[in-house]
Amino acid sequence: MTPVGTIVAKELRSYFVSPIVYVVGAVFLLIFGVLSYLAVVNAGAQAVRLMQIQGAAAQLNLNDLVFRPTFYSIAIILLLILPLLTMRLFAEERKLRTFELLMTSPIGINEMIVGKFLGAYTIFLGLLGLSGIVPVILSLYSSFDWNPVLTGYLGLALLGALLLATGVLASALTENQIVAAFLSFGLLILVWLLGGVGSVLGDNPLGNILSYLSFIEHYDRFVRGLVDTKDLVYYSSGMVLMLFLAHRVVDAQRWK
Amino acid sequence: MINVQNITKRYGDLTAIERVTFSVNKGEVLAFLGPNGAGKTTTMRILTCYMPATEGTARVAGYDCFDQPLEVKRRIGYLPETPPVYQELTVAEYLTFTGRLKGMGRTDLRSAMDRTIERLSLGDVRHRLIANLSRGYKQRVGLAQALLHDPPVLILDEPTVGLDPKQIIEIRELIKSLAGSHTVILSTHILPEATAVCQRVVIISGGRIAAVDTPERLSARLRQSEKISVTVKTPPPDLAARFRSLPGVLSVFEPTDSGAFLLECELGRDLRDDIARLIVTQGWGLLELKAVSMTLEDVFLRLTQHEEGMPESGALGPMAGAEVVRP
Repeated sequence: MTPVGTIVAKELRSYFVSPIVYVVGAVFLLIFGVLSYLAVVNAGAQAVRLMQIQGAAAQLNLNDLVFRPTFYSIAIILLLILPLLTMRLFAEERKLRTFELLMTSPIGINEMIVGKFLGAYTIFLGLLGLSGIVPVILSLYSSFDWNPVLTGYLGLALLGALLLATGVLASALTENQIVAAFLSFGLLILVWLLGGVGSVLGDNPLGNILSYLSFIEHYDRFVRGLVDTKDLVYYSSGMVLMLFLAHRVVDAQRWK
Repeated sequence: MINVQNITKRYGDLTAIERVTFSVNKGEVLAFLGPNGAGKTTTMRILTCYMPATEGTARVAGYDCFDQPLEVKRRIGYLPETPPVYQELTVAEYLTFTGRLKGMGRTDLRSAMDRTIERLSLGDVRHRLIANLSRGYKQRVGLAQALLHDPPVLILDEPTVGLDPKQIIEIRELIKSLAGSHTVILSTHILPEATAVCQRVVIISGGRIAAVDTPERLSARLRQSEKISVTVKTPPPDLAARFRSLPGVLSVFEPTDSGAFLLECELGRDLRDDIARLIVTQGWGLLELKAVSMTLEDVFLRLTQHEEGMPESGALGPMAGAEVVRP
């Protein structure tokens, strides 16, 4: 087994014996279900209204009425939930002094960080996979365009990677799990708000840079069914940057 | 096998260790002895590449701890101060994880695990969660992790802490059995432990090495007087003065609760005969008369108390005969 594989296996094992995964998973799936349900009910109400106006059965666009609002809401829910998955990754190792075992084992810091990140990411992808039951059920009763749904999921997968990488960095910074979770909330909400600040500043270089940094605008295109290399680059470079910073933090702590 | 040259470690303004130099030969068992905060753990952390030294070089098995940390880590089994165990894993899962971390293959790992579990008598708890184990078991699981891949160098930070007396003896036997084929550094503040298992002792105090030698030679080197303990049935009020007037007696310490006088005599002179004759002819009733040898504990106390403003050499002040004076 490779060093990264060893860490991933250990992390998965630890996730499943702790209540975090079950709580986070249940809450995520419940919220996903409730949000989709509300969107469907709303779509139904609109259909009735349209029928009264037009007098004939209206062709409803489920992509616009159901999936798009659900995807937007879910992005914000992830912002609040994913830091709970990553908060323990390094903070707990420090607190329990098992960090010393990792740091004196013949594996590199990068393997440690990638392993821990992939462990959390696997859990997240699993949850995302389970939430796929919603579009599958909807497809049984109606018809909609699968492409924007799939690109929306791709956007969620990329957004999740960036959020989790930020969480890994936050966890490397402290030995207190609550501080780690809060730190990642703070960081993520700040980055998210950058978009708002950017649009206030308007169309000038600083405004454009700030808008670019916010992950919402990039996510928006995926939800609308567009896969742009620019956005792929944004998410993967953001993730690599966060993991690189985490590497620097872990390495620097040895010098203290 | 291990070569440490002038290493210094500073945490901000605080100097944890300063210009520490020593070396350990292959197959040797060496003890770090020192009070808490003396720098034992810091030195071990530098050797295991957990943290780099501020100055100086440390080499393990020919590899530099700073330049080739992975090579060093591969050759070291390390038991930190707090056993680095994951509460949520069972003993078997934990050892599997640490074995893989150390790059062991599947078949190697299986046989090594059986051997190590047998060696540390962990068979009964093999499939139990580490969270539910007692302190002594956790300590042994930590030790199992260090021994698992049979590394040529073992660094054990207080390996017998939290064990019961029977287990302490077993672990000491285990460490002794490692001597010869493995190079071992262990830290302890239990002095008999150092005497029992180690060929050499490094006494470390205030971040500096106070002495390096065999336990026997350390006590011989530092013995500057013969000490005799005397217990008398009916001591006259001026007994201390009468002892002091004997030729060769340097000083006399009045009895504590135990009722024993402690006489410090010139080196190389056995005054027991003279003292016995004095007491018997005066009819005071001789109950006990014995020479007190200096234990490693005395050596340790002497060396480590240097720091607190005692003179460097010569007159080191009254030596407390450990077993005699202690109430």
